[in-house]
Amino acid sequence: MKKSALGSRILLEIDKPARYLGNEINAVYKDPGKIDIRFAMCFPDVYEIGMSHLGIQILYDMFNRREDTWCERVYSPWVDLDHVMREKKIPLFALESQEPVKDFDFLGITIQYEMCYTNILQILDLAGIPLHADMRGDDMPIVIGGGPCTYNPEPLAPFFDMFYIGEGEVVYDDLLDLYKEMKKQGLGRKEFLRRAALIPGIYVPSLYEVTYNEDGTIASFGPVSDDLPRVIEKQLVMDMNAVPYPEKPIIPYIKVTQDRVALEIQRGCIRGCRFCQAGMIYRPVRERDEAVLEEYARKMMEATGHEEISLCSLSTSDYSQIRELIDHLIENYGKCNVNLSLPSLRIDSFSLDVMSKVQDIKKSSLTFAPEAGSQRLRNVINKGLTKDDILGGASEAFRGGWDKVKLYFMLGLPTENDSDREDIANLADEIAALYYETVPKEKRRGKCQITVSTSFFVPKPFTPFQWASMHTVDDYLAYARTVNHRVHEVLNHKSIRYNWHQADVTVLEGVLARGDRRCSAVIEEAYAQGALYDAWTECWDYSRWEEAFRRTGVDPDFYTRRERTTDEILPWDFIDIGVSRAFLEREWKRALEEKVTPNCREKCSGCGAARFGGGICYENKN
Amino acid sequence: MKIRIKFSKTGDMRFIGHLDLMRCFQKIFRRSGIDIRFSEGLSPHMIMSFASPLGVGLTSEGEYVDIEIGVSVSSEEALKRLNSQAPEGVCFTGFTEVEPGKASKAMSLVDAADYEARVEEAALFSGEWAGKAEAFSALPSVMVDKETKSGVTRADIAPMIHTFEVRSDERGPFFFMRLASGSSANLKPELALDAFFAFTQSDVSSSDLLIHRKELYTRLPDGSFASLGSLGKTVTV
Repeated sequence: MKKSALGSRILLEIDKPARYLGNEINAVYKDPGKIDIRFAMCFPDVYEIGMSHLGIQILYDMFNRREDTWCERVYSPWVDLDHVMREKKIPLFALESQEPVKDFDFLGITIQYEMCYTNILQILDLAGIPLHADMRGDDMPIVIGGGPCTYNPEPLAPFFDMFYIGEGEVVYDDLLDLYKEMKKQGLGRKEFLRRAALIPGIYVPSLYEVTYNEDGTIASFGPVSDDLPRVIEKQLVMDMNAVPYPEKPIIPYIKVTQDRVALEIQRGCIRGCRFCQAGMIYRPVRERDEAVLEEYARKMMEATGHEEISLCSLSTSDYSQIRELIDHLIENYGKCNVNLSLPSLRIDSFSLDVMSKVQDIKKSSLTFAPEAGSQRLRNVINKGLTKDDILGGASEAFRGGWDKVKLYFMLGLPTENDSDREDIANLADEIAALYYETVPKEKRRGKCQITVSTSFFVPKPFTPFQWASMHTVDDYLAYARTVNHRVHEVLNHKSIRYNWHQADVTVLEGVLARGDRRCSAVIEEAYAQGALYDAWTECWDYSRWEEAFRRTGVDPDFYTRRERTTDEILPWDFIDIGVSRAFLEREWKRALEEKVTPNCREKCSGCGAARFGGGICYENKN
Repeated sequence: MKIRIKFSKTGDMRFIGHLDLMRCFQKIFRRSGIDIRFSEGLSPHMIMSFASPLGVGLTSEGEYVDIEIGVSVSSEEALKRLNSQAPEGVCFTGFTEVEPGKASKAMSLVDAADYEARVEEAALFSGEWAGKAEAFSALPSVMVDKETKSGVTRADIAPMIHTFEVRSDERGPFFFMRLASGSSANLKPELALDAFFAFTQSDVSSSDLLIHRKELYTRLPDGSFASLGSLGKTVTV
């Protein structure tokens, strides 16, 4: 009989018990007696979200290829089970073995967005692991963080034993080998952390110290002793064809957000949008060979029986072999009623042709992400999409039978003014007008539907906007009102729908994104106040955070309402992503001058990432 | 070719709801290479019809799903392939060809279902229940609150209880029930059990019992019950 940490009575009381069962097809089971390293891999959000994440699947597969390691999965218990576990004192368990996480060697936590920070504390708390790394004894797992938010790990520094900066495929083997060796020798936690800190890309926050100036800015940051690296270098896969890929992904019993075969076609992005963190931290662009992807598609379809294949990358259209790949997938899987999902595809005649083959035109909608309403502001953010591109793509799509368009914008961008905001509505109006010009009355199925969505911009570390100031909650809501007002004024307002996001989440995200170590106290206090699942509207309650700021004496405005100068030491300056600080400064200046910088395929702008000795820019030069 | 598949749903699979089970089956059919037919139209879906959705928490060894296949495959080969792809807790036990027409619509065929209900610890099974079950079965009417789509209504469930008795096997005593099931009259086993416990004034509830479906039946013109599986014939191609 399979083990169950919860038992059937609890499982029948809670929502979606399949979240906690494990034992899905392709889940990996090993004999713990023959294992040296037990690794619990956690996505600190609910199962359906965590199971949809490709990075975890890659690492799960990679760790389990090691004979000496058993990697299992952990997700945040939903609030219903959270209450039960606290009440009945059931310790957090890993899905496969159903055994307590606190008995594992490692607890790896992927940190994908700031609004999951309280969920990280929930994981530690439910597991029975002290929240602070310095309180953990030799019998506790090593808590290691990875993922995009580790490019500024400082607000989480006290809660983690170490962070892995970069792509997981590179130095995890070195880390696990070291751990195994030290376990054999009976050396303790402190000694392990010290030696691990010498592995490139591993950051052990307890071995680094910060001092502050009187104005609150950082005065100094550095290691506690000279043998430790002063700079942590991002780890990067240079040959995408040589790293392992999960050929037998786990098939969840319940519907998860991404319920499909995911083919990661490339990493990095040539575009250089100035607001985009992913576009900077994953430089340079590295592609997977089309032939390799064909093989992965075949194996994964055989192993899963999924009904859909999705291409995964930051910008699908920029993949150099996109036509061959899509032709192959349509040719081989289209006839078996397998859908093809093509996110982040540029709208042009090629993509419209492909989409008409793989989607039901009547139901599907076109998506454009101009991000800013005016050309001036699009130049500021270096979004190389012009009004002609959008109108050209839309008119071709309307002729092809589409009548639904989704438009995504950001509000609160640097230099933005009311005229830029009104241009969001004006652009939507022009697209709607184009529909009525292009499509004759007898061919229309009622009105066209233009959906405009805006989110509020949050400056992120390692982007040219990392120095920018944010705005107040009231400012943001006023910006949204300006757009809304204009949407109701334009001629085709009946064809336009406008949605905007909450503003208080934005401000908090801004604090955590560019926060320093002092912000950790706020996270801990907010968690104590009951903050959890902050990314979920039904759980979100800003008053808990306001109370936490008040109690800890941390001023959120210090992190959000201040334009930093380029000579300030930023909390994440000790990390080297390959892209130089000089380049980011140059881009910040060019942004304010409204100057566009060409993409990596057109011209190298000397960002510094070429020093990895690979990627599109490097190959073009050599 | 119309095929009726019989399967069991036990262990952890009892926590998986009907919609999730359908999704799970679609993937099993794809992986096992059964040439299942799709519907026509813009968004084709597998032609797949379950006889009677099983409630979450219940186990069963008498579940049925009807499919249509293109390329024929022998029952033996099909069961081997399906079971090699089945998750723990799902076991395929029948793969038979059914005649097109009425016999091929599993859902509309169902008239009754057999259930067994056990307490988790056999010692807690009251010795009085056997006699009381006899008295309960003899009641001319059993009025209960029944939840329907339009709200709660009072209904007499006595006509929907074909058998309600205590039986015993090597695992101990259990309730055996044959209840009306299907589109014309449907009685959930939990409701029958709770009516019984109300009748006996026990402070036990159906949620304290493990309920297991044994079989699904159709009623033949002569009034007798025939299991859905018995209507098909083995494929030997």
